[in-house]
Amino acid sequence: MAFEHVNGKKMGKVMLYALSTCGWCAKTKELLRQLGVDFDYTYVDLLEGTEQDEAMNMVERWNPSGSFPTLVINDRKSIVGFREKEIREALGV
Amino acid sequence: MNFAGIDEREVDRVHELLKKEAADGGYRFNPDVEFTKNLVRGLLRNEQRYGYRACPCRLASGKRAEDLDIICPCDYRDADIDESGACYCALYVNESIANGAKLAAPVPERRPPRSRRGNRNTVRSVQTGSLPSLSLPSLSLPFPVWRCRVCGYLCAREHPPEACPICKASKDRFERFI
Repeated sequence: MAFEHVNGKKMGKVMLYALSTCGWCAKTKELLRQLGVDFDYTYVDLLEGTEQDEAMNMVERWNPSGSFPTLVINDRKSIVGFREKEIREALGV
Repeated sequence: MNFAGIDEREVDRVHELLKKEAADGGYRFNPDVEFTKNLVRGLLRNEQRYGYRACPCRLASGKRAEDLDIICPCDYRDADIDESGACYCALYVNESIANGAKLAAPVPERRPPRSRRGNRNTVRSVQTGSLPSLSLPSLSLPFPVWRCRVCGYLCAREHPPEACPICKASKDRFERFI
C-alpha cells in the first residue's frame, strides 16, 4: 500500500488513513505535523482497485464504520475523527 | 488543500451560492470560512473526478447510484445536525455553532458500513428510525406523494420535481412516500 512518510520525532508507528478532500483529515494531518511526530499517511481516495480495497479492509479492522480520518498508533490503538486531545494523549506530546 | 484544475474564483462562487441556498432553505453554514472553502474545494474535486458532488469526507465509489445518499447535502445531514449540531463534514451546522457559541466536534458516521449497504430502502428506514406504519383508509389519492430524502419535503404530483425547492437535491433522490 502506498504511504507517504513524514519525518519527525519517533513516537512509535503512527499511521493515518485519510481522504485528500476531507477537512477533518487535513486538520489531523496538520496537527501531526505541528506536533512534529514521525508518521505515515495515505489518501485512500487516491488508491485504486485492490490497493483501495486493502486499505479499506485495514481501516475497517480498526474502525468498523470505515470512516476518515482513522489514526492507528503502534498497531494497538485507533482514534477516529479529529480528536486533538486524544491524539496528543495517545502520542504523549 | 488545492487541486489541479479547480479555480479559486469558482471555489468562491460556489461557496457563496451554497451558503445562500442553505440560508434560503433554513440551514446554516459553518462560520469558519477557511474550513468551509476547503470543503467546497473537495466538493468541486469530487465533481471533477466523479461527475457529482460526493461528500468530501467520505470515500465515494465513483458510481452515482451507489453514492446517491452521500451527494452533498447528504441524506444524513438533518439527523446529524439534530443530534450532533453539525453534518458529518461540519459544512452545515446548527444555530449555536453558526453563531460561535459552540464549536463543531467530530460527528459519528451514520452511513452504514460497506458490508451493510445492500438495500437502500431497508438501510434508510433503519438509519432514520422506522416510521409507524400509516394506517390510511384506502382512499385513492389523485396523485402520489413524493418525499425528498435529504430534507423531507413532500409534494403530491405525478413525478418528483427536477430539483427539491427546499434543498435543491436532484429528482433521483426522491422516494415514493404515499
